[in-house]
Amino acid sequence: MIAMLNAPYVIGSYVVTFGAIAAYAWRLVVRARRTAREIPAEDRPWT
Amino acid sequence: MSTWRVARLVAGKDLRIEWRSRVMVNQVLPFAALVMVLFAFALDNDSVLTRVAPGLVWLATMFCLLVVVQRLFAVETADGALDALRVAGVHPGGIFLGKALALAAQLAVLELVLLGAAFVLYRAEFAAGGAVLLVTTFSTATTGLAFVGTLYGGLAAGAKGRETLLPLLMLPVVAPVLIGATRATEAALGTGGATPSEGWPWIGLLALFAALFGAGGTLAFGSLIDE
Amino acid sequence: MTPDPASKRPTSTQFSRGLGAAALVGSAWLLLFGLFLSPNDRVQKTGVRIMYIHVPSAWLAYLAFIVTGLSSAAYLWKRTRSLRWDRLAGASAEVGVLFMGITLVTGSLWGRISWGTFWTWDSRLTTTAFLFVTYIGYLAVRDLGGTHQQRARRSAVLAVLAVLEVPLVHFSVKWWRPLHQQESVAEGELKGLMLFTLFVGLISFTLLYVWLVLHRQRVMEMDDARDDHGLDLALAERRNEALEPR
Repeated sequence: MIAMLNAPYVIGSYVVTFGAIAAYAWRLVVRARRTAREIPAEDRPWT
Repeated sequence: MSTWRVARLVAGKDLRIEWRSRVMVNQVLPFAALVMVLFAFALDNDSVLTRVAPGLVWLATMFCLLVVVQRLFAVETADGALDALRVAGVHPGGIFLGKALALAAQLAVLELVLLGAAFVLYRAEFAAGGAVLLVTTFSTATTGLAFVGTLYGGLAAGAKGRETLLPLLMLPVVAPVLIGATRATEAALGTGGATPSEGWPWIGLLALFAALFGAGGTLAFGSLIDE
Repeated sequence: MTPDPASKRPTSTQFSRGLGAAALVGSAWLLLFGLFLSPNDRVQKTGVRIMYIHVPSAWLAYLAFIVTGLSSAAYLWKRTRSLRWDRLAGASAEVGVLFMGITLVTGSLWGRISWGTFWTWDSRLTTTAFLFVTYIGYLAVRDLGGTHQQRARRSAVLAVLAVLEVPLVHFSVKWWRPLHQQESVAEGELKGLMLFTLFVGLISFTLLYVWLVLHRQRVMEMDDARDDHGLDLALAERRNEALEPR
């Protein structure tokens, strides 16, 4: 188990990593929705 | 019109513009000298300055390179001169080589001044045995920098935000030249106990860099200025 | 412009949803094994747990840039020229910058634990930092404006040059600092459960990469379509003005 003084560094790494990826993915989804609303005809039939 | 003739004409034009406007002499060289003085203020230690003199010479060269490249293409984008050249059917490789030649000439003058400043201000020592290495270092490094400067200058020319974009693009690219030229110059001048024999491998790197960007630039320049 | 009821998830397909689910499951496994189930290293103790995300993100960052380089080359070659390649290059570069940033941060934190410093000038680290800055410059160039083709051409040339520069930078730094005493400690032998965890990391990050690039590229396609659409609208308006009875 995580027991040593390294803990903050280790946990910090995981938080930074998954946090950054999650934030980027979220931004992507928001942006996709916003852009899709602006282009009716060209809306790609991805769904 | 052969590529080489185009290159000579373009280089001649750029150098003539420089000769008449004297932007290099009146603005860039004083800026270069100023940078060397500012380094002394920042580092504030004579022995340290002598030890790092080669590095400072090349660092100052990189900063001045940005300014000179901006100028090199500013003369083209004003009045759409570059477009006119393109439309005239001039071989883009020739334009690239010509501008690189003009840039190299201006860089050579700049580096001479910087090296002189290093000898005077930082009390760098000159070792006669390293003279050949010194000249070779400066020639190969200058060639490489000229090719890179022309290529990236062309890429950023006429684009909005190019003043801040050019440094961001160019400085990482010229890092190998900074490393190689500094180490070779240290070897040539005997700084920090280096001997000329340690410098020659770095010349290989500098030559490779110059070859890569010379070839790449000649091929790619056309597509970059085709707007 | 009628609101499309399906635009809750405008860029997702069945495949991408499945992919996303798999990526989430993989990430959960990685968290489980990385933080809890895998054992501590003999030498590095808990520090090795950072490796389970540092190594995969480095691997993906390099993969992303290779993809950018290849698709840029594909765009430049006349026979395969298509804006599809340009968008793939841009999407991959953006995700690559993300993973490269993660690599540098996690590597830095690991270095703090193992070597005592956040940074050292060894060739791999320095080349990674160089690559990071280069691709930020690449992304800046993509935003310079102009037509889609101009953007594609400029950034494609830049990407190909960047791929050629990397070995130059790598070797110049390597010759500059030939003694990397610290490097030996890093990738010792990872056996058993630790090796398994590393694989979990690699697989889940690869899934994440593909999902992110897929969506980023689709958003780019929509952006381009919107730009074109906007142009068509403007042209139509001008034409209507001309036809208006006066």
